[in-house]
Amino acid sequence: MNHNITMPRSQEQVLATNKVLKNTYMLLSSTLLFSALMAVVSIYLEMPPMAYMGAVIVSMLLGMFVLPRTANSTSGIGVIFLITGLLGFGLGSIITQYLAMPKGPEIIGTAFAGTGIIFLSLSAYVLTSRRDFSFMGGFLFAGMITVVIAMVANIFLALPALSLALSAAIILLMSGLILFDTSRIINGGETNYIMATYSLYLSIFNIFISLLQILGIMGDD
Amino acid sequence: MELFLKIGLAAVLLMLVWRLYPAAKEQMKNGPKGSSDDWKGLILPAVLLIGFVFLLIMMVRG
Repeated sequence: MNHNITMPRSQEQVLATNKVLKNTYMLLSSTLLFSALMAVVSIYLEMPPMAYMGAVIVSMLLGMFVLPRTANSTSGIGVIFLITGLLGFGLGSIITQYLAMPKGPEIIGTAFAGTGIIFLSLSAYVLTSRRDFSFMGGFLFAGMITVVIAMVANIFLALPALSLALSAAIILLMSGLILFDTSRIINGGETNYIMATYSLYLSIFNIFISLLQILGIMGDD
Repeated sequence: MELFLKIGLAAVLLMLVWRLYPAAKEQMKNGPKGSSDDWKGLILPAVLLIGFVFLLIMMVRG
């Protein structure tokens, strides 16, 4: 009898999980496209580097205080597009700076392709292996706190070596977060596709920014 | 203006730490603990990732 009850429930869970996964990837694709569009607008307007800091401040505030309150309603979709649009707009000002460098377009293209390959490979690894990466939670959170504190220090110190070390640490941490988040979605730990999209978007965004920085510093002779 | 933005960004980042701390504490205290095999399973993806980033650097350096 228990067997009969368990089967439909597990099927329901699988269907719900697949729905969250499908919605997450659809929303993630849309937000990435919108973000790219806003970056193009920002490049066209030749926004100064300060625009990046302003966009990050506003989008972080929205992500911390507005998105969690709206994520269970349709207005959450508007908020996530606002956040990703702002981040894309800020990113455009950084890309404008790189475009002015001798190897700028090559660095941007390589960082873009590299980010795509990292995200797709890690996602494919979790989706095919079905491994549970929830054990990484404590390590990832502790790592993020450490990195954020170091980032605060480096805003004022502006040490290139620390910047490079932080970028490397961010790539490792964000890659771990992609494994953690994707595994949470497929194991039913994350049921809100808006929050799942936000987390995956931030990982992709941070990997791209960090790769740009590493390639910008190390790619120069 | 830039200094104000830097101070604003630092404040927001510290706010993020303040928001992350309880979740981090909870995860470290009551979150699932990985076995040594779980952690060993991460070595290969991490090495591949680091190798891939080095490959990208070499590509840009030409």
